[in-house]
Amino acid sequence: MTFPVLKGTAYTLVHTPDILVHEGKLQESEMRNSPDSDYLKAIPDHLRSFEDVVGYGPNQAYIGNIHPRDLNNIEKPWYEHPLENASTEGKFGSIMSEDMFYGCLKAVDMFELVVLDASFQEKIAKKVKEDPVIGKYWVTLDKLTENPSSVDEIKSLIEEKDAKPLYLDNELVGCIKRAHEFDAALTSDVMFENLVSKASGAYALAELFAKNDLEPDDVDYLIECSEEGCGDMFQRAGGNYAKSIGEICGCVNATGSDTRSFCAAPAHSMVEASALVQAGVYSNVVVLAGGSSAKLGMNGKDHVKKDQPLIEDCLGAFAIHVGENDGKSPVIRTDIVGKHKIGSGAAPQAIMQAIVADPLEHAGLSIKDVDVFSAEMQNPEITVPAGAGDIPSANYKMIAALGIMKKVFARSELNEVVERIGMPGFVPTQGHIPSGVPFLGHAIEMIENGDIHRTMIIGKGSLFLGRLTNLFDGISFIVEANDGHVEDDSVDKDTIRQMIAESMKQFADSLK
Amino acid sequence: MGILENKKIAILGDRDGIPGMAIEACVKTAGAEVVFSTTECFV
Repeated sequence: MTFPVLKGTAYTLVHTPDILVHEGKLQESEMRNSPDSDYLKAIPDHLRSFEDVVGYGPNQAYIGNIHPRDLNNIEKPWYEHPLENASTEGKFGSIMSEDMFYGCLKAVDMFELVVLDASFQEKIAKKVKEDPVIGKYWVTLDKLTENPSSVDEIKSLIEEKDAKPLYLDNELVGCIKRAHEFDAALTSDVMFENLVSKASGAYALAELFAKNDLEPDDVDYLIECSEEGCGDMFQRAGGNYAKSIGEICGCVNATGSDTRSFCAAPAHSMVEASALVQAGVYSNVVVLAGGSSAKLGMNGKDHVKKDQPLIEDCLGAFAIHVGENDGKSPVIRTDIVGKHKIGSGAAPQAIMQAIVADPLEHAGLSIKDVDVFSAEMQNPEITVPAGAGDIPSANYKMIAALGIMKKVFARSELNEVVERIGMPGFVPTQGHIPSGVPFLGHAIEMIENGDIHRTMIIGKGSLFLGRLTNLFDGISFIVEANDGHVEDDSVDKDTIRQMIAESMKQFADSLK
Repeated sequence: MGILENKKIAILGDRDGIPGMAIEACVKTAGAEVVFSTTECFV
């Protein structure tokens, strides 16, 4: 059996403080329900500058300039100890500013829903077109010259037509209009989130092409795995983000579809992509997702209460290339996939057994055979002040405890194992974005350098939030070093038939 | 008599900690009445 391989990754962040203030769902509901609240008053003093965001250790780990484990060497709180010589450019991706992102929103808008002030539009169009990545890979930059407007017209669209504002440093520079007068699936709210997801996803896809040996017209299939839904009132989440994003980057030979399972969707999508490549249906599949404006500042009240900056101020995005075995890139072991089954149960131990222990045991391996695990990689500086704990650390402790129960580790080894198999969380709380896959860029490097042999990527999803089921979700897959074996040496039915026929002929001849 | 016996319980579970349903199963065996149970996600 020849396995598909992990050929390349891209990871991007967009610093969006004004979107946090106006479109983050927590802040938006606070403005509606308690417009004079102390929290809203405190927000401006707790926003970070672009320089702060670039220098922030976890963000540098996300775009590949440092390893997540390097965060152990940075004094906490990390937001008070920015990295010297930090860059917007990383090995795996980059960090974009909010003004540039507004230009990107305009460039991905096919229905003239994004309206920008004419002078801002002219200025930002130039910047977007000159960008070495967006300018090179996005094929829809002509949209940047369409329907320029004025601040007065934008104000009236907001006041009279329910458009959502686009602010930059508190100054109104544009808006996003509703796409239908009364369709609840096409409100300005929904269109805002969908265009944000599309634009940030297309940014990550462009970075995938810029940073890896893959051209847009080589892509056969795109799987988009965010947590948004696009459609109209008759098919509310009909899709398809994948093709809409591929169109922006000129992936003219690709088709695609969307996969949903809350935060578990990226891991599901990686398994699907691997299966499609291994089956020979497609040669090059890209798994990607853009970010979520709704989640910006979602734990902000607790951050302000602790007088720390609002560090949920970035949209995250990623794109991952799964391709045919090249004898070099790390392989995705499609024969070791862990799944939380409908009958698995909701207890933490049952979940870990289903998605971590069962697949390994089925393959004759144990937890000890996996060098590094990547489950939920949320940045603890975001979650600990909000009372949700250090999620990566909790997952590592559960995996180690499972190993102790199965007697592959001694009880006294717990802390050492947690350190050995884990790393600090380094990803913003953007739902699907931190879910296992942000480690893949680092994993490729570690495996190809011989630092590790095998890693397990785990995605977990809160299906109960959709109020259709109380079920949880989880899925895992293994990535490991390529042994250089690229030929499929399994024997097909025709070969077996021929071998039997030849043997029978020889036997018959021997009877003569 | 257990400390939860005949008590009315509201449960707030965490999907990255102990889910509501798991807590629910425990407190029911201790004789409590679950009047509200949910699991929230903070990420």
